[in-house]
Amino acid sequence: MYRSNDTAVVDVRDLRMRYGTKDVLAGVTFSAQRGEVLALLGPNGAGKTTAIEILEGFRVRSAGHVSVLGIDPARGDETWRARIGVVLQSWRDHKFWRVRELLAYQARFYAPFATPEVARPWNVDELLDVVGLSKSAHAKIMTLSGGQRRRLDVAIGIVGRPEIVFFDEPTAGLDPHGRRHFHDLIHQLSDFENTTILMTTHDLDEADKIADRILVLDEGRIVADGSADQLARTLTTTAEVHWTSGGQRHVHAVREGDPSVFVRDLLLNNPHVTELEVRRASLEDTYMALVRRVESGQLPGGGRPDEAAAKDRQVQA
Amino acid sequence: MTTTTAVDSRWAAVRAGLSRGWIETRLNLTETAYVIGHAIPPVAYVAMLLFMRGITRGKTLPGTHFTYVTMVLPSLLGMTIVYGGLSGPAPSITADREEGTLLRAKATPNGMVGYLVGKIVMFALTTLVSLAAIVVPGIMIVDNLILDVRTWLLLALLFVVGMVSTVPIGVALGSVMKSSLQAVLVPLTCTLIMCASGIFFPITLLPTWLQSLAQAFPFYWVGLGARAAMLPAEMVAVEIGQSWRTVEMFAVLGVWSAIGFLLAPRLLRRMARRQSGSALAKVRQRYTSKGY
Repeated sequence: MYRSNDTAVVDVRDLRMRYGTKDVLAGVTFSAQRGEVLALLGPNGAGKTTAIEILEGFRVRSAGHVSVLGIDPARGDETWRARIGVVLQSWRDHKFWRVRELLAYQARFYAPFATPEVARPWNVDELLDVVGLSKSAHAKIMTLSGGQRRRLDVAIGIVGRPEIVFFDEPTAGLDPHGRRHFHDLIHQLSDFENTTILMTTHDLDEADKIADRILVLDEGRIVADGSADQLARTLTTTAEVHWTSGGQRHVHAVREGDPSVFVRDLLLNNPHVTELEVRRASLEDTYMALVRRVESGQLPGGGRPDEAAAKDRQVQA
Repeated sequence: MTTTTAVDSRWAAVRAGLSRGWIETRLNLTETAYVIGHAIPPVAYVAMLLFMRGITRGKTLPGTHFTYVTMVLPSLLGMTIVYGGLSGPAPSITADREEGTLLRAKATPNGMVGYLVGKIVMFALTTLVSLAAIVVPGIMIVDNLILDVRTWLLLALLFVVGMVSTVPIGVALGSVMKSSLQAVLVPLTCTLIMCASGIFFPITLLPTWLQSLAQAFPFYWVGLGARAAMLPAEMVAVEIGQSWRTVEMFAVLGVWSAIGFLLAPRLLRRMARRQSGSALAKVRQRYTSKGY
């Protein structure tokens, strides 16, 4: 799973976070390359936010090695801060400020950090155009819709032309249109700017759409790491075979091995089979299967000594 | 980081902070919600001066030929300086924390520098506007004031010293308050202290123990300084020890400044360290479930 790499933008090894007696992160290891879009996926309480806040330098870890752009976030100085972007979910800060006013104010801090390779900050009007807020440039922030506010949050997060951007649950509460716009923006950032992106989400569909690689976090451990396709292929062998016979629709779930074996038997023994279909498990099935397996203790992350806690979790779910 | 970049970036943050202070001042003077908050005290004070002039006509302060209202105007100016510096920042900082302004500053390189510079500029400018709103009608209502170059220079000096000795304490208080609701305690406590600080009547009319208590706080001293700047020499008769005690005033305010500059950066840093997206989400949760 882990590949040691000197060019990694993010390098995390055996990261641990403990609050009192509870291990929120119990040994997390992963890395991200330049320009990669990484989604940290997991159910609520899996430790996603804690992990991302440690990488942002907002939280001090209990143990393990963490480096972001080659620097330990716990000791990151202002130059390091200028190279990373944190997209915050605004709520009601700067409500009387105008959109362009706030973005221009934020931009000023980055100018001294420009290098021959990276021109900092973004041109404010250009960036407003990119995030689709040109028409609202002179609107008071309190008058923006939820989707527009989120786009302003993104603009503020990337105004310094960061080399890596962190998003925590970026599309929570957005309508499908806003979501779509956000996904386009992510693609644009990673394709044209070669920006590394690390986002958390509990939305599988979203992770599937925008991430190059998905890390599934559960109970403070990474239980899967790969592309959506890889995860679907390697982590579950479940497939559903659908067919019609004698005017009736049948379904059979193949939980182990290659469904071809079942299909061969089926066709040999029943000459009346029509409308045969084999459906692979979707990423969603994979994800649900993973979480179930973790809970029943089949994967390393599920080594739970405490039966009562497992029950408690089911009740919450 | 080369040293040049470090210095350059800090100056860029100071300049950004100045622009922030200017924007925030403008918002404070144009947004209805803020304007009402800033307008109430000066309007109330001017009304009070008019009322006092009416009921004390013909009566003089013991041992002088001057009326109460003459003594009250400079005292109000002193009080406004201290109130602006001490009780303004606390609610403002807790609100900024709960609304996410501080977290934004923290996520920006040198963002906290810009934030603090902006706050100081905003409090200085809005307090100046409040002072002007009291002093301009005030000098038309009140007779027997001394208004020469010395007066204005002393008042300007007092404004600077008053701000320097109170804003850091206000910032420190704002950093330790857990919520905006708690931060309301600061202006409330200030009001109680002000009542005993010789603003509305000579402090010498109070019991000795209360006089001693009031002298521990900047309200009394900045008020005394303003009286020293604006009142005829004869009026020193109603002050403690019949003296303007200028040296003592600077000493006490100096101690307050020292305490403030010692505490404020530490407490502010400690508070800022705890800010994160999830900390903010908790506040949001509290607001949605409890409503405050």
